[in-house]
Amino acid sequence: MGHQPAIVTEGLSKRFGPVRALDGVDLEQPAGTVLGMLGPNGAGKTTAVRILATLLSPDGGRARVAGLDVVAQAAAVRRLIGLSGQYAAVDPYLTGRENLQMIGRLYGLGRRAARRRAGELLERFDLTQTAGRQARTYSGGMRRRLDVAASLVARPSVLFLDEPTTGLDPHGRIAVWELLSELTGQGTSLLLTTQYMEEAERLADAIVVIDHGRVIASGTPGELKTRIGGDRLELQTQPGGDLRPLAQALAGLGTGPPVVDARAGRVVLPVINGPALLTELAQRLAASGLQVADLALRRPSLEDVFLTLTSAPAAAAAHTPPDGTDPAAVPGSPEPAAGRTQ
Amino acid sequence: MSTAFALPRRHVPALTRALANTATITARNLRRLARVPTLVALATIQPILLVVLFNYAFGGAVHVPGVTHYIDFLLPGLFVLAIGFGASQTGVAVAEDLATGMIDRFRSLPIASAAVLTGRVAADAVRNLLVVGLMIAVGSAIGFRFHAGPGAALAAVGLAVAAGIAFSWLNLLLGIMVRDAETAGLAGLFPIIILFFTSSALVPVATMPGWLQAFAKANPITVITDALRALCLGGPTARPAAEAVAWLIGLLAVTVPAAIARYRHTAST
Repeated sequence: MGHQPAIVTEGLSKRFGPVRALDGVDLEQPAGTVLGMLGPNGAGKTTAVRILATLLSPDGGRARVAGLDVVAQAAAVRRLIGLSGQYAAVDPYLTGRENLQMIGRLYGLGRRAARRRAGELLERFDLTQTAGRQARTYSGGMRRRLDVAASLVARPSVLFLDEPTTGLDPHGRIAVWELLSELTGQGTSLLLTTQYMEEAERLADAIVVIDHGRVIASGTPGELKTRIGGDRLELQTQPGGDLRPLAQALAGLGTGPPVVDARAGRVVLPVINGPALLTELAQRLAASGLQVADLALRRPSLEDVFLTLTSAPAAAAAHTPPDGTDPAAVPGSPEPAAGRTQ
Repeated sequence: MSTAFALPRRHVPALTRALANTATITARNLRRLARVPTLVALATIQPILLVVLFNYAFGGAVHVPGVTHYIDFLLPGLFVLAIGFGASQTGVAVAEDLATGMIDRFRSLPIASAAVLTGRVAADAVRNLLVVGLMIAVGSAIGFRFHAGPGAALAAVGLAVAAGIAFSWLNLLLGIMVRDAETAGLAGLFPIIILFFTSSALVPVATMPGWLQAFAKANPITVITDALRALCLGGPTARPAAEAVAWLIGLLAVTVPAAIARYRHTAST
């Protein structure tokens, strides 16, 4: 692998009819790192993964994986990558072990080597007990683990995981996270797409936020959080309560002005180091005599990311077709470490 | 990360690799044939039912000149029907593989892309061999006999399996085009059912009304059935066999390149 970046793309574009699935995406992922690609449904994440995994040809731009061009050197790229797509692609009528052995054989491993590798992966993914059962009898989480195991059969240097925890219950999600952090500790480069901020934050060294086929922001999780404004402090009044005095009482407490969300009957305050503010908050509330029905400190959600990055409601940003005045084109952002805004 | 594991680096000739890939995919599909209940039933219960039901339902009423036992006349046509029914599941399976991401997985691997299709066709051919063998066994139990010698009997089995290969490619193409399992199943079954009942499979074409005769004579199932019948019952075989082989070659010449091209194209859009 040497010093070749895991992934480099320049102006990567792909149209499906009138839809610009990718509209000039530039990425650079150093070898051995985890890049989280964050975006809503239809943002272009899967299209990007499919191009990088040689399943789809781009209309424009270039993409290199481990230094190899995904179009001109597709066959060589396939020897270096592992792919786990959006659906767990395992044969339901083969056993867990048979699924992995089949993949090993297709990679050109001998019968014995394929069996040994399947055994190793089953052990590591905690599937040894059920290795002899047909995959259709597996739970969603087990099937996903088997699918990720299948993508690791040939010890890929670059691994693509497209929404690996979508559809899993919290328990299954945490199990997959633990597995992935273990994996990436061993030097595999990982491109992970997700709709969950928390997932990207937990696993990724760098994050690109993608929408309408464009990178609208990128940086380390810390950098993005700073831009988004860290956590959200939400205060709910009694139904029909007046939100303005509450907002006034909170002025200057957070990293930005309090936002009145009249429809939801709450005031939202962007904060950093929320817990430390609670004493101050309590004093202000006591001093003003205001009643609060509910109080929550929560992490920024994908909606918050869009709210902040696009200065437009997330719902509108997610549905407006791209045009010249794309809300995604927000200037003045700090340059990220592992990706470039365009 | 360690590259000590790296995949075998020795240069493997493309054809050797393609054959090895095909063998792996064939093994996968044979396992499925043995485990998916629908497929098991289509390869066992259904052929037996076809032989028994058609023989006893039509056997009393249909008298074919020159044929003593209706089962001798019937069985070659039923080979084609059973193989045609089985082939419809091939379109279903490839549509399912597209929908579940299995094809994406295969395409992300360093394998010969046509192996996913050839492995499917090869597994179908094995199944068809078993189906034809089973039908011959059941047919023999109720009076079927080969009348043209063992060489012709083997040729009949070979032609039936060859017809199955052509049907499999046609259904692969349909499955890739429609991409939906249920639609693929219907798209595979309708032509077989329509062509079967308007062919010489159940009754001699001469007993049909004139307008239907013209269609029945051109019907590929008639052509293939007549060739199989000639090989089973005896009589002139060269012409019907040549016509059947020409049909199959024609069908393969269209469906194989189209299926491979569609596979490469469809999977990447």
